[in-house]
Amino acid sequence: MNAYLADVAVLARKDLRLELRARSTVPAMLLFVVAALVVFHFALPSDSSELAANGMLWVAIVFTALLGLTRAFVAEREQRLIDGLLLAPCDRSAIWLAKTLSVLGFLVIAEVIALPAFALFFSGIDGATVAGVALADLGICAVGTVLAAMAVAGRARELLLPLLFLPLAIPIVVGGVGASVAGEPARYLGFLALYDAVFAIISWASFEYVVTE
Amino acid sequence: MSTWLRNNQVPALAGLAAALLCAAIALIFFYAPVDEDGLNQKIFYFHVPIAFTAYACFGWGAWKGLLVLWKGRPGADLESYVAIHQGVIFGAMTLITGSLWAKFRWGVWWTWSERQLVLFLVLFLFYSAYFMLRYSLEPGPQRENLCAVYALFGVVLIPISLLAIRLAENYIHPVAFNKHGPQMATSQFATFMVALAAMVALAGALYRVELLGKRLDARLRELRELLA
Amino acid sequence: MIAARGLGRRFGEKRVLDGVDLDLPRGGFLLVTGPNGSGKTTLLRLVAGLLVPTAGELRVDAPRERVGFLGHEPLVYRELTALENLDLYGRLYRVAERRERIGMLLERFGLWEARNRRAETFSRGMLQRLALCRTLLHDPELLVLDEPFSALDEEGAALLDRELAELRPQATFVVSTHDPERVAALASDRLAFG
Repeated sequence: MNAYLADVAVLARKDLRLELRARSTVPAMLLFVVAALVVFHFALPSDSSELAANGMLWVAIVFTALLGLTRAFVAEREQRLIDGLLLAPCDRSAIWLAKTLSVLGFLVIAEVIALPAFALFFSGIDGATVAGVALADLGICAVGTVLAAMAVAGRARELLLPLLFLPLAIPIVVGGVGASVAGEPARYLGFLALYDAVFAIISWASFEYVVTE
Repeated sequence: MSTWLRNNQVPALAGLAAALLCAAIALIFFYAPVDEDGLNQKIFYFHVPIAFTAYACFGWGAWKGLLVLWKGRPGADLESYVAIHQGVIFGAMTLITGSLWAKFRWGVWWTWSERQLVLFLVLFLFYSAYFMLRYSLEPGPQRENLCAVYALFGVVLIPISLLAIRLAENYIHPVAFNKHGPQMATSQFATFMVALAAMVALAGALYRVELLGKRLDARLRELRELLA
Repeated sequence: MIAARGLGRRFGEKRVLDGVDLDLPRGGFLLVTGPNGSGKTTLLRLVAGLLVPTAGELRVDAPRERVGFLGHEPLVYRELTALENLDLYGRLYRVAERRERIGMLLERFGLWEARNRRAETFSRGMLQRLALCRTLLHDPELLVLDEPFSALDEEGAALLDRELAELRPQATFVVSTHDPERVAALASDRLAFG
């Protein structure tokens, strides 16, 4: 178990260090999410409710996450770096967990900017929304990492990931928007937790098969 | 008799499906009592069994996917693919019959307040992406594995999406349609069951026919390679 | 140590390997030759465990952590330094006395001076040498080398010659090369493709 977690830590640190040096993904995500929010301001007619804006926050988050996920396995595929990881004695699922954690890290950094920006442009953020964002992030990254690995295996990789991801993101959006706008957010937060648990388990278990050639 | 049955499974199944379909249509139009919605309600006898059959196909596809991953059975990938293909066809039919039903009952081609319909829209998107995934990959062990994993994700998505759609109704105020599920009298129930059996048999027959065709295709390719 | 019966591998419609039979005892040295595209790389990737067979059987009696693979790609992260790359692999393979071993290998392959430079600044020859360090880092008992001499300059090739000679008695080898004469003396078995 310790060895497993050590492997995850080594791999996650590697991804974070690479991003720190290359600085390609996180700045793009930051810029994208703010730009998206600005676009949404122009997309919402003046008599739209505050709640509509809340919904838009979730659209912004999902598409920003997609941006990060698209980059997740690109280097591994292009330079065949995944081979190096597959040759090593570590569990394949550790690769999944490490990648999920690093994408999660990037997404959280983007949201640290996005949420205040949203509060600035639209309306305030309450605790339930933040909790919703946190739970949703887990689900997005867990599922997204597996799908990113799938998409990158074939042709037309950047095109494929959104198609694979969006249907699976629908329940997350429901949970998140519900937590933001509904009277009793607890139900929606519970649902997000359920989604996370279920999909994290099958993602963890199936990753090995996704990277076998 | 049983040897004939064993050797001619596909035609027998097709025959059964045809017979059941005829019986179902007869029952639907001549036997089942006309509800207050009029003839429009007859669509229900098609729509729900078709939906059911689509679920069954997706479930079967996921089961075959599990066999691919777990047991490594060589034919399972093709069976999973064909099952999901049938599921998408029946899913499209569900959407079409559902849309017709909505038109006849409420005068709109689409409504977000019909949970089943919304669920099928989500599933249709999901399983359509299955084909995009499949055809972006070259045939081989990786494609089999990826498609199997995706099929399993799909079957998990079904209940989760249903739950999500239910939850969404709380904050997306649906147009208040007068919905009432059909109260099934015995005659209605019997008709429904026959229609269900007919649809499942039809799906089964189509599944076997498509499998047969694809397997023949593969065998032909194999033989061509051997000759080359 | 390696046994194959009717081993085959297809990519889509193309059959790259077909009906390969192989028996390599522990301590052997298999030399694989053949023109480009004849399946050498595919065979080596199968042996290393990066591919699964689509036909036939393959048995390799070495666990993953005792296999060293050198392919066409150096498998090093461009933005990390040589030291960081080897440290990463050293941790993943749980190499004992990691720092010392890394230092020793970098020195043996003439990369000690460049150890804190990012891999993206390395020439192709240096990358190949770094890749060799990576391959040998965890003291593998099975070495699978796909055209190891390519991209090496004279000096690098000489270093590799020396390493192969030294390691010959301690490990089993599967080596593919365009220049068979170079390693012919070491080989115990040969397999020619194409």
